[in-house]
Amino acid sequence: MIGFAIAGAGFAALVFWALVGLPDFGHYHWPYGNALNAIATPERHATNVVGITVFDYRGLDTLGEEFILFASVVGVSLLLRKDPEEHVPADEVRSDPIRALGAVAVVLLFVLGLWVVAFGYVTPGGGFQGGVALAGAFLLVYVVGGYRQYHSLLPHSPLEMAEAFGAGAFAILGFVGIVYAGAYLGNFLGLGNAGSLYSAGSVPLLNWATAIEVCAALVVLFSEFLKIYMLPAASWTPEEGPR
Amino acid sequence: MSTILAFPVALPLAGAAFVAFTDGWLPDRVKELPAIAIAAATTVISTIILVRTERMTLVHWFGGWEPRHGLALGIGFVAEPLGAGMATLAAALVTASLVFSWRYMTEAPRLYRVLMLVFLAGMSGFALSGDLFNMFVWFELMGVAAYALAGYAVERLGPIQGALNFAITNTVAALFILFGIALLYGATGALNLAQIGRTLGGHSVDGLVVVAFTLLIAGLLVKSAAVPFHFWLADAYAVAPAPVCAVFAGAMSEVGLFGIARLYWTVFDGPIGPHVGAVRDVLLAVGIATAIVAAVMAFLQRHLKRLLAYTVISHVGIALCGIALLDATALGGAANLVLSHGFIKAGLFLACGVLLREFRGLDELALRGRGRALPLLGALWLLAAVGLVGFPYVGSFLGHSLVDDAAIEHAHRWLPATLMVATGVSGGAILRAGARIFLGWGPRDDPLLREEPPEEVPEETASMPAMLAITTGVIAIGVGFSLIPGLEDRSEHAADRFRDQHTYVDRTLFGKVRTYGPSAPVVIHRATPASIGYGLGAGLIAAATAGFGLYRRRLPAGTRQAGRRWLEPSVDGLRALHTGVVGDYVMWITVGTAVIGGIWALTLVS
Amino acid sequence: MSYLPYALAGWIFVVGLYGVVSSRNLIHLAVCLTVMQSGTYVLLLAIGYKNGAAAPIFRPSHHPAVDPVVQALTLTDIVVSVTVVALILALALAAHKESGSVNPEEIADFSG
Repeated sequence: MIGFAIAGAGFAALVFWALVGLPDFGHYHWPYGNALNAIATPERHATNVVGITVFDYRGLDTLGEEFILFASVVGVSLLLRKDPEEHVPADEVRSDPIRALGAVAVVLLFVLGLWVVAFGYVTPGGGFQGGVALAGAFLLVYVVGGYRQYHSLLPHSPLEMAEAFGAGAFAILGFVGIVYAGAYLGNFLGLGNAGSLYSAGSVPLLNWATAIEVCAALVVLFSEFLKIYMLPAASWTPEEGPR
Repeated sequence: MSTILAFPVALPLAGAAFVAFTDGWLPDRVKELPAIAIAAATTVISTIILVRTERMTLVHWFGGWEPRHGLALGIGFVAEPLGAGMATLAAALVTASLVFSWRYMTEAPRLYRVLMLVFLAGMSGFALSGDLFNMFVWFELMGVAAYALAGYAVERLGPIQGALNFAITNTVAALFILFGIALLYGATGALNLAQIGRTLGGHSVDGLVVVAFTLLIAGLLVKSAAVPFHFWLADAYAVAPAPVCAVFAGAMSEVGLFGIARLYWTVFDGPIGPHVGAVRDVLLAVGIATAIVAAVMAFLQRHLKRLLAYTVISHVGIALCGIALLDATALGGAANLVLSHGFIKAGLFLACGVLLREFRGLDELALRGRGRALPLLGALWLLAAVGLVGFPYVGSFLGHSLVDDAAIEHAHRWLPATLMVATGVSGGAILRAGARIFLGWGPRDDPLLREEPPEEVPEETASMPAMLAITTGVIAIGVGFSLIPGLEDRSEHAADRFRDQHTYVDRTLFGKVRTYGPSAPVVIHRATPASIGYGLGAGLIAAATAGFGLYRRRLPAGTRQAGRRWLEPSVDGLRALHTGVVGDYVMWITVGTAVIGGIWALTLVS
Repeated sequence: MSYLPYALAGWIFVVGLYGVVSSRNLIHLAVCLTVMQSGTYVLLLAIGYKNGAAAPIFRPSHHPAVDPVVQALTLTDIVVSVTVVALILALALAAHKESGSVNPEEIADFSG
């Protein structure tokens, strides 16, 4: 570890030396951010500048990011594919108050997720944030209702197709942008009124495609991990047992 | 119409989603076809882009966000010959691999095809992007798809270890890159490469620039697997399925080098320019160390894929030397090396796939002599080895001679000889393996080579004629590279354009199109006598190394004793460093970054 | 004092790196990677901050706002980090299934 101690100290020294060269904290003055703040509402009728940056100005990054999530979930499915026998274990039964409260919580979280997605380009939020909230609502079903309910509510294959649909829709909307706006991921619907749901052109479509994909991807991810977790311990450790 | 630039990325991505969506509904016979069709279409489109870029650099701004008054608002793709060539190489290799693996992957083939297409999109995006953060996104996309593909054979511990080492080291590298991007954004307020370069031109070289440069280069060196950032590569390539390795070896390792060249010439050349000697020397040192250490490690391997993995690292080192010379001829040579090595290496890994199907194993000693049943494959293997060595007018000779010429011009006369030794030793390792397997030469046992874990075997459904045909095609393309007329002038011209930062900025930020032409004459490269000498020398060293590997028991006992006493400690020490534990690998990454950063801190600050 | 946020980002990054190097448990290692990533988020967001400015949400009206670009970058980074950690955790699960251990030193199946 001596080698790392010296190298680590040197590395840390370099990092801190670099940080000293940054402009003073709190004095951001570069044109890029300021320009986007200035033109986002007049040109795209969107009031959430971060959202419009993610889906329009830097929409290609979001395409890549969405497919990173897609590839990762496909990868996890590939890595955890050794299918244990489809064994739905005995769940502990949750008590009535928990189930009642849980049902309310699931519904609330689901509605919140939809809201966050829908107004993503108007107020803080967007496809990613709302999609995660929606996936959280589904995971809450597992927490309050047990594995059986989760498993019966969310079959694997349609979810994987929904995930592929969401990701593919984003890519294809980009091609539609070529037809109507002359550039990939060009904005092409009517711009509407800033501050309302009908604004920002084709960004709502991209927004919802992202939400579908993120929600489906995360639920598939949870299912893959839960599937391993729900196995009784004896069926998947080697004979000599854990070390 | 510049919208064609979106296709190398968008088409594979849309295609991957399509394959994921529809795979359950297609009849078994045609399941493979959509993915192959999409990859083939992407290859065609990338080739069209490559041909078009010869006349002018193509630029496409996504979302229609053109720059205003020199301020880039959106993300742009900038295609010039070297980047477009990189994208075409990636697409061609992915197409070849998908055809090769026609019914070769028995488990979860849909997921495999989806990940390969996504991987292709990531490589194309990285090669074409003109925005620094966008390059990072494609880098991560490539990475995520690759980690999962490497761990495909998940029922054995070896692939899991390989995939973990791969994932963790490359994620640390990506984080270094991200930190560097954040530093550059703080310094310049821009993410577009041209704009960063332009803003940085007026900036003095202080800690911020040096450390951002170090972090970015270190992250990309991890991806390219230069010493001492290379430990993960052998672990990962040894366990990934053969067609996946073909794409990794042919395109993924080289993409890191492309990134280094792109970053240096577009962003850092302005401020660092006066001190360029320090950058050149450090990168040269890294390149040479990589070439030699990896060649030696290749010689010590017995598992064919691991042996080939180390030769990949060695050749990356040589290409890095070409880039490090920071000169148009050398850069053109490095581009040629990447192209020819890419195809030949991919072909060799595909040949391993054939061997695996036929003989259910990839242990050089266990396969001794059994390759006599596959004479075509043996001939291909020999041809590939000769092509890699840089024998005159075969394979990578063009690349080597350009790099050698540039080295001599810069008064680094010792460089061609050193590179000749490195190619000779790594080529000799491949020749030794080929001679032992396909000719039955050499003893059945060799204490120098250690035991390796067993290999996953594909089912009988894999189609032998298809596999052999693809392997032949790929190796033939790679070997024939030095004979392509006009390639030398075109690559030097392309390299010159690549280095020209002012034209790049004018073209991307201000739309000033510049046309190039007429094209260079279509003649075969005329090599200098020195180059031919080095090529022959490398061939001789390769033959001698192979002979040493096979027949060293015939040397007199005294020589062998002396050799053992001198060489064994260093060989054992080198072996001991490759522990297989990821914490050690990341420690070496930190050490390497700190050393390189320290050297540049002392030499680059103005 | 004005460099404190940057120093914090640097410190988190370096500490995370130390955790990765010295880790003896793959789950711990994955979490250390997320710590390193948090360091980069803090750095990005700190670079974009403006004194006296609010979030770039212009409802109901325009006002001085911080840089939206770094926030978009951080959003992308968070997704990327989640996905990579998911893969590494899946691999750790598979490693445990094969060998009963999540210690990197114990799962080193081959070397040299």
